[in-house]
Amino acid sequence: MPLVAIQHLTFEIAGSKILQDLTLPIQEQEIHALLGANGSGKSTLAYVLMGCEGFAPTSGQMTFKGKDLGPLPMFERARLGMTLAWQEPARFEGLTVSQYVRLGKPDIDPFPYLTRVGLSPQAYSKRFVDKSLSGGERKRIELAAVLAMKPLFAILDEPTAGIDMLSVQDMMNVIRSFKEEGASVLLITHQETIALMADHASQLCGGRIIASGKPKDVAEQYKKGNCVRCDGERCIPFTTAS
Amino acid sequence: MRELKILTDTFESLGGDPEVFQDRHIAHMAASGHRLVSQREIPGVTIDAKETGDGITNTILIEKGKHIELPIHLCLGITEKTGIQRIQTRLIIEEGASASFLAHCLFPFVESGEHRMDATLEIKEGAHVRYNESHYQGTCGGMLVVPQAIVSVGPGAQYFSDFSLVKGRVGQLQIDYVVHVAASAVAELTSKVFGRGNDIIHIKEKMVLAGEYAKGLIKTRVALEHDAQGEMTGIMEAHAKGARGHVDCREIIKDRAIGRAIPIVQVTHPEAKVTHEAAIGTVDKKELETLMAHGLDPEQATELIVSGMLQ
Repeated sequence: MPLVAIQHLTFEIAGSKILQDLTLPIQEQEIHALLGANGSGKSTLAYVLMGCEGFAPTSGQMTFKGKDLGPLPMFERARLGMTLAWQEPARFEGLTVSQYVRLGKPDIDPFPYLTRVGLSPQAYSKRFVDKSLSGGERKRIELAAVLAMKPLFAILDEPTAGIDMLSVQDMMNVIRSFKEEGASVLLITHQETIALMADHASQLCGGRIIASGKPKDVAEQYKKGNCVRCDGERCIPFTTAS
Repeated sequence: MRELKILTDTFESLGGDPEVFQDRHIAHMAASGHRLVSQREIPGVTIDAKETGDGITNTILIEKGKHIELPIHLCLGITEKTGIQRIQTRLIIEEGASASFLAHCLFPFVESGEHRMDATLEIKEGAHVRYNESHYQGTCGGMLVVPQAIVSVGPGAQYFSDFSLVKGRVGQLQIDYVVHVAASAVAELTSKVFGRGNDIIHIKEKMVLAGEYAKGLIKTRVALEHDAQGEMTGIMEAHAKGARGHVDCREIIKDRAIGRAIPIVQVTHPEAKVTHEAAIGTVDKKELETLMAHGLDPEQATELIVSGMLQ
C-alpha cells in the first residue's frame, strides 16, 4: 500500500476543472517529482492534499497511511505527519527564525536544521521571519522548519525556485535527506533537471497526469514538449506561447 | 516605601529587573499617583521633578554631547484601586546627545482611574533618542489613559518611539502624538495595542516632515477582540525636497470587535513622497495555513500571529 494514495481526484472551481480524475500513488521513502508547466495544477494539488481552505476535492479520494484525508482539517493532517513547504512562504511579524523552525517540534534545537539549509544559526536564529528576509532566505527557513518536523510526507512546492544557482545542489542534497530519514517527498517543480533527482516522476498537464515513470523518461518527454504554460487542456510549447 | 515596592514588584512580575532602581549608574524617576517616590540623577542627566498638588511636573535634560549608555527608567503608576495621575513631562535632549528611555506605566489594581501624560520632547540637532513606553493596566478595564506628546526632532536628529499596551485591559486609550521632523532627521512612531472586553482605543499620530530629506514612519499594530473598538488615525505630511514618509497600519479583528483606520497623507513638495498601507480584518489566511501546516490548530495559530504582531 502506498504511503499516499490519490485516486480519481477531481477539483473544480467556478466550473473549471483544475484537477481531473487524477490518480497518483506515492510510496514510502520515495521522492516523487511532479513536473508541469505554469498553470498545470501542481500547486493546486498540493493545496488539495494538505486541506487548504477552499481546496476540498470535488470528487475522488486521498489517503495517508490508509487513512481517509477527506474529513481531516489541515492541522490534523500535519499532526499525522504530512506537511507543505509553500512556493512563496508567508512572512510573520515578531516571530523569530528560531521560533519558526520549532513550530512543529517545540523541543528541538533549531541550529542544526538551519545549518543543513545553508544558513548560519548565529546570524539567523534571532532574526524575524518578516519582510527583512529575501525570498531565497525565507524558502531555506521554510525547508529547515519542515525538516525539523520530521514528517513522513513532505510536499515541497518549487523548493529550488529563488535559490541562487550555486546553492541549488545543496538544496537538492537537503531534499534527498528527507528520504534518508525515512520520509517521502512530493517534489513539485517545473524544472526537469530538478526532477531527475527523484525516484519516480509524473507529468501534470491540464490537471491530468499525462506521463508517469522513470524521471529521466518523464523529464525527456516534458523537455521535448518545451512546455511553458498550460491552457487547462494541454501544454503550450514555447514556440507558440503568447 | 510601600508604593515604590508595589510598582517595582509589578515591574518585576512583568519581566523587569527591579534592581535598576537601586543602581547608581541608572537614572530614574518613579511616581505613584501625584507622589514622587524615587528619583536619581547621573552625570549628564538632570531631573527636575515637582509635586504640584494636582499632578507632577518634571523636566529631564540630557546634556549636550553626552551619551547615556544605560536606559533612563520612568516608572509611573497608581497603586490603589482608584486614582488619578497627571504628569507633565519635558524632555530636552541637547545637541549631539543620545539616550534611551524606558517608561513603565503600571496600574495593576486600578478599577477606576485616570492617567494623563502631557509630554514635550525637544530633540536638538544631531541627538539620538529611543523612547519605549509600556503599559500594564490590570484586568478591570476601568482606566482612562491619555498619552499626549509634542515632539520636535532637530536637524539630523533621530527619534524612535515605541508604545506598547498589550497586557491587561485598558478601558479607554486616547493617544495623541504630533512629531515635527527637521532636515535630514529621522522619526519613527510605533504603537502596539491589544483591546479586549469593551475597550475603546483611539490612536492619533501625526508626523510633519518639514525639513529637506526628513524621514518618518508611523507604524500601528492593533488587535481587538470581544466588543472592543479601535480607531487609528495616521497623518503624514511632507513639505520639503527629498522628504519620505510611510504610514503602516495593521489591525486584527476578532469576535464582535470593530476597527477603523484613517490614513491621511499630504504632500506639498514635488520631490517629497509619502506612502501608506492599511490592513484590517481577520488574521491573514496564508499565515494561518502556513502555521497549520506545521501542526498548530486555528486557535494556536491565531494567538501566535497576534502575539507576534504585537511583540
